[in-house]
Amino acid sequence: MSPSYQDLLADSREVVPEVQDTDLAPRIEADDGPLIIDVRETSEWDQGHIPGSVHVPRGFLESRIGGLATHDREIVVSCAAGQRSLLAGRTLAEMGFSNVTSLAGGFARWKQNGNPVVVPRVLSDKQRARYSRHVLIPEVGEEGQIKLLDSKVLLIGAGGLGSPAAYYLAAAGVGTLGLVDDDVVDESNLQRQIIHTTDRVGVNKGESAKEAIRALNPEVQVNVHPYRVNRDNVLDLLGEYDLVVDGADNFPTRYLLADASLMTRTPLVHASILRFEGHASVFLPDDGPCYRCLFPEPPPPDLAPSCGEAGVLGVLCGVMGNIQATEAIKVLLGIGDTLSGRLLIYDALEMTFTELKVRRDPDCPSCGPNATLELRDYEAWCAGVGRHEPAGTAV
Amino acid sequence: MSVVRIPPVLRVAAGGEREVQVSGATVGEVLDGLCDMHPAIKAQLKTPEGDLHRFVNVYVNDEDARLLDWTDTLVSDTDTLMILPAMAGGAG
Repeated sequence: MSPSYQDLLADSREVVPEVQDTDLAPRIEADDGPLIIDVRETSEWDQGHIPGSVHVPRGFLESRIGGLATHDREIVVSCAAGQRSLLAGRTLAEMGFSNVTSLAGGFARWKQNGNPVVVPRVLSDKQRARYSRHVLIPEVGEEGQIKLLDSKVLLIGAGGLGSPAAYYLAAAGVGTLGLVDDDVVDESNLQRQIIHTTDRVGVNKGESAKEAIRALNPEVQVNVHPYRVNRDNVLDLLGEYDLVVDGADNFPTRYLLADASLMTRTPLVHASILRFEGHASVFLPDDGPCYRCLFPEPPPPDLAPSCGEAGVLGVLCGVMGNIQATEAIKVLLGIGDTLSGRLLIYDALEMTFTELKVRRDPDCPSCGPNATLELRDYEAWCAGVGRHEPAGTAV
Repeated sequence: MSVVRIPPVLRVAAGGEREVQVSGATVGEVLDGLCDMHPAIKAQLKTPEGDLHRFVNVYVNDEDARLLDWTDTLVSDTDTLMILPAMAGGAG
């Protein structure tokens, strides 16, 4: 006669001993504590679970256990009431796991007896659908997506670089985006600034970008800062955000941001563009070189033409702005190897990517051991450097 | 002969060249040779006293020459020098 469910449970009890919550509770925080595997469904796990436990829905147990435990690892399997865990434990025993027990009474009894419970923050069903391609990536997952939703990124400039960067960061679900731009959309911007539209010519770029972002992902909070970043507002602005994306079009702003990001310890994702060439890097305060380790001084204006003077390939902005968005997401999630310590040079004509090493300058006037960080008059400084001062002149 | 890569902002001064072959045993000699070939570059790279401007970065392959032996850094035929001024463009 085929065994009934009760027979299966009884048989499993023979193979898988039960552990009481009172015995397990003192051990969950210990270094040599068991691996607790919760085999309930996702909706049950989301309601609360044992701290430190690992969620492996019953249907995935056989396929995933190999990546979680060795055969001699002590494993406690738990479920809602202690029955599915018995069956799951028996499967593990059959797979050769020799030290498997089942939590008697399951999570229900665990919780009822006042043991500690974690209720995870989870994505809503709508968010899970919208960000499903992120959630599928192990390096991002639901936890990473929640981190992005909680993140705040400030973009300096909603132009060539800021357009694609803001667009993709919004699509990625970065919860708050700040857009600093005092300029209005001009027809000549539309060759590359894809977040704006023909019918928004004349509108502030931050407002225009906000409209596009609302249409793409209404969940994103967009703060429009319709002014130029300057010495008086930069520290307050950066203080409100987790990371800054530099898409400025002039050196005074770039050096201001470089110093202010060190002062506020805000990671800075850098890119600059001209004609067919783009530069990108990441500057992490106290954890790598800063902008002034790389470029201690700006070139004089005739060696540093703007895109307005020298031109820029529209598509180049998309490549470089999206490299910035990529690096911003990696920094926010703490994954991968960022461009910190490297300058990436993209040559669109040759279609080459070249990498240069950027090292921390021990004499860096901004992040060196003897540096005194203060916000200077960057306009005057940038206008003054390169005027053939004798070496060693303080600037 | 080392290869010197010319950044976009200096290409007009270098007769439109993107790469120039220049002989010289050190970074300093190669840059002198470049300035001889294209005198218009000289004022943009060097002070009237003949020193390289602080804003001029020179990389030998992927290393900053300032962190090697600067203009005394030895170079060979297989080395590529890159002149790298900062670029500001982004928003406008």
